[in-house]
Amino acid sequence: VEEYKVMHDLPFFPMQRDERCPFDPAPELLQLQKTDPIARVRLWDGTVAWLITSYARQRALLSDARVSSDARLPGYPFSGPAIKARRLSAPNLVTTDNPEHDRLRKMLTRDFMAKRINALRPRIQQIADELIDVMLASGPSADLVEAFALPLPSLAICEILAVPYEDHAIFQGLASTLHDTTATADQGTESIDVLRSYVRKLVDKKYQEPVHDDVTSHLLELSRKGILDKAAVIEALIFLVVAGHETTANMLGLSVLALLSNSDQLEVFRSFEDPIDAANAIEELLRYLTIAHAGRRRVALEDLEIDGQIIRAGEGLIMATEAGNRDPEAFTNPGVLDVRSAASHHMAFGFGIHQCLGQLLARAELQIGLWSLFTRIPSMRLSVPLEQLSFKQRHTVYGVRAVPIEWG
Amino acid sequence: LKISVDESRCVASGQCAMIAPTVFDQDEEDGTVILLQSQPPDEFGELVRRAEQVCPALAIRVAG
Repeated sequence: VEEYKVMHDLPFFPMQRDERCPFDPAPELLQLQKTDPIARVRLWDGTVAWLITSYARQRALLSDARVSSDARLPGYPFSGPAIKARRLSAPNLVTTDNPEHDRLRKMLTRDFMAKRINALRPRIQQIADELIDVMLASGPSADLVEAFALPLPSLAICEILAVPYEDHAIFQGLASTLHDTTATADQGTESIDVLRSYVRKLVDKKYQEPVHDDVTSHLLELSRKGILDKAAVIEALIFLVVAGHETTANMLGLSVLALLSNSDQLEVFRSFEDPIDAANAIEELLRYLTIAHAGRRRVALEDLEIDGQIIRAGEGLIMATEAGNRDPEAFTNPGVLDVRSAASHHMAFGFGIHQCLGQLLARAELQIGLWSLFTRIPSMRLSVPLEQLSFKQRHTVYGVRAVPIEWG
Repeated sequence: LKISVDESRCVASGQCAMIAPTVFDQDEEDGTVILLQSQPPDEFGELVRRAEQVCPALAIRVAG
């Protein structure tokens, strides 16, 4: 009974953001950072895990080999029923440890390395310009999310993977369910099954075709050589399709909103001469907004001691990087958006071996996308008050559902 | 400045090659770090230290 009472008194994670401050992490989270940076919390399924809110501790734990990402291990803290169903359905990059993780990752890294992404920049610029052309031709108002934030990364990842963009509505919807912490286990299983059969058909068709320079062809080539089995190719593609859809899109929408809501910062942003010139500002937006707000989920493989606190083998760990990225011990004035600050050591893409595979692509899309928008539509403004907008509190990737803008 | 890299730790995040492309490159096949110069001129100090700081795999060491 005592134990039950203690557990019942623990704070529930995730905490709610304050809707009046849509760019800030949940106030309770920042409070814990001050009073109890290694705290115990209750989760949706009644389990208990450690919540880490300090930047330094997060960085240390995320790069510690005694801390595992294997979702099959008892004690792994899941974000919700649908996400649990997905993480247990088949291992992928997110849920494996080394050496298996390294083997899988190195098969995908070729296509996301610096030279490849730099070579893609003109094409990303072209996609951004075409989307802006359409907006301008049908304006003087639009929903920025629908007209720009969603299609830009979607068109790019479809090209990189050689997945037909005409099908984007299918996997956009499925990706959304798979990021929803309130979706049921059945919804999760159904979404992953639909995605798997979609990708399997695509792969079967592609198997007959001549080899091109896209990721799918590359993975199939590895499969033909016997380096990767076909099931692993399918899981890797599902992973990339899902990851490529809910991330940069949310970051684009929220960044536009953050800049439109901070006129002095917008003025600085507009003074950048080209997308590369905006690179540091993008790092600051990534830090300030940290849209992956479900925490980085891990489980301890051995007993660990942090600041005198013992974490036992088999206990779950959640690194809330949106709090770490607001830690005053790591950043000056962390609650303020300052696009001229040096924030590149943020953990918006995570840290350790699981840090985002697509981060260079995301950066290129954000630099090109945001710079092009504010340069080509300088009079862009919100057409409704900020308070009327709806945010994705319960998705593992935070974002804004629509951003109605007008110009001219 | 003296730089060393541990290829076995590298996860090919590619940030070093983006930050200081004349010091760090990536393997064409899997993106693993390639150190182009282990003792770059001092003016590279800030860039290579940033690369060291952001490397998620702690695969870069800068001394000096």
